[in-house]
Amino acid sequence: MKTIALSDKHIALGAKMIEFAGYNMPVSYSGLNDEHATVRNAVGVFDVSHMGEFILKGENALDLIQRVTSNDAAVLTDGKAQYSCLPNGKGGIVDDLLVYRIDEKTYMLVVNASNIDKDWNWISSHNTKGVDMKNISDKTSLLAVQGPKAIDALQKLTSVKLADIPYYSFAKGNFAGFDNVVISNTGYTGAGGFELYFENEHANKIWDAVFEAGKEFGIKPIGLGARDTLRLEMGFCLYGNDIDDTTSPLEAGLGWITKFTKDFTDKNFLLAQKEKGFARKLVGFEMIDRGIPRHGYPIVDAAGNNIGVVTSGTQSPTLSKAIGMGYIKTELTKADTEIYIQIRDKNIKAVVTKIPFLKK
Amino acid sequence: MIFPENLKYTKDHEWVRVEGNQAYIGITDFAQKELGDIVYIDVTTLNETVGKEVVFGTVEAVKTVSDLFMPISGKVLEVNSKIDAKPELVNSDPYGDGWMIKCSIDKTDELTGLLSVTDYKKLIGV
Repeated sequence: MKTIALSDKHIALGAKMIEFAGYNMPVSYSGLNDEHATVRNAVGVFDVSHMGEFILKGENALDLIQRVTSNDAAVLTDGKAQYSCLPNGKGGIVDDLLVYRIDEKTYMLVVNASNIDKDWNWISSHNTKGVDMKNISDKTSLLAVQGPKAIDALQKLTSVKLADIPYYSFAKGNFAGFDNVVISNTGYTGAGGFELYFENEHANKIWDAVFEAGKEFGIKPIGLGARDTLRLEMGFCLYGNDIDDTTSPLEAGLGWITKFTKDFTDKNFLLAQKEKGFARKLVGFEMIDRGIPRHGYPIVDAAGNNIGVVTSGTQSPTLSKAIGMGYIKTELTKADTEIYIQIRDKNIKAVVTKIPFLKK
Repeated sequence: MIFPENLKYTKDHEWVRVEGNQAYIGITDFAQKELGDIVYIDVTTLNETVGKEVVFGTVEAVKTVSDLFMPISGKVLEVNSKIDAKPELVNSDPYGDGWMIKCSIDKTDELTGLLSVTDYKKLIGV
């Protein structure tokens, strides 16, 4: 099992650790509901250093990124980031990722920990024009400092004006005394905040500085458990649950990051799918009767016919009701359509709901 | 973590408290910690006679779901109504207000097969 720079720190803080994507990771500290509320209402820190980072550099870096990703990276300017995905050549998804433009010839791709090798091999196999690729995952730490108080806490540690960094933008600067920290207005919680990328050897000091700065706001460490409930309340996809090598970006509701104005892997397949329509679609739903949907549970209609499958589900800590996402036959995906989730052989009533579940 | 001396335990992380010819059943402090924040307890076997190690219900936590097994054979006589409205009692008071069911003891010899507090602690390595 691989470790992240701060594994020992998490253990010392009393975290419950689990193996996730081959890494020893903190899954919870004070308890999932408490951690979830901390991020929604104040500020919490996730150590997501298991995630992968690739640097692509050279004249043809943009060309390579354009060919392997679905979103249009040509619209990025220096200091901008975008959400994107890697179509797999068979109509599915290799991974979802963030594309950062450092400068005209330098990009950083941030990928899921479970897919680092798969993504590296996939992108390398398309690198026919000599783009310099570096996998810096093992020496890079990533803290996601999320919540409405994140900006106030972090501003104490940098002269970079955080309020001037728009959503999906970043600055590289001095943070807590260390140069070249990437300060990115991103995150996967819907709670606002920043993500900090830096070299492993600064991890201990940056972590301590962030907690000192956040003390007055009640800052707490947050585990992967709450990360999952926070992203699900926003209806954000999790690779391996809601999207994978068998789901198309269009079925998954990722049409907004699938740009047909450029050439890329699966463009023709996806264009045809867009025109012809597709048989199933990823939607959100809420439970009407008591039950908690979980990944893999069948979705059926009132007569008990199979109409789909649950991809993610949980009890929403903010809304205090059970929510989920799943693929359903397209004709049954209109909001307010009554569906049933098969939970231990019982069909429990639910209703198709627009995402995000958590309205602003 | 707390493991009262006067209870019997199972490898499925449940406890049994014998009161005359009836038994109270719940999950251990270790189990509630592993499950995390509990959302509800679904007992589907009220007034039914359920065999030893057969599922009498399920416990749903935010992150996961787990079956609940009968530590002994018996009839499910009562479900704790307090935890229906306040499932968090299972987290905060697993041996007290967080008890789950009361059942009859149909085969007294099954009680001797349950784990002592020492054996249970050994099992979970504390």
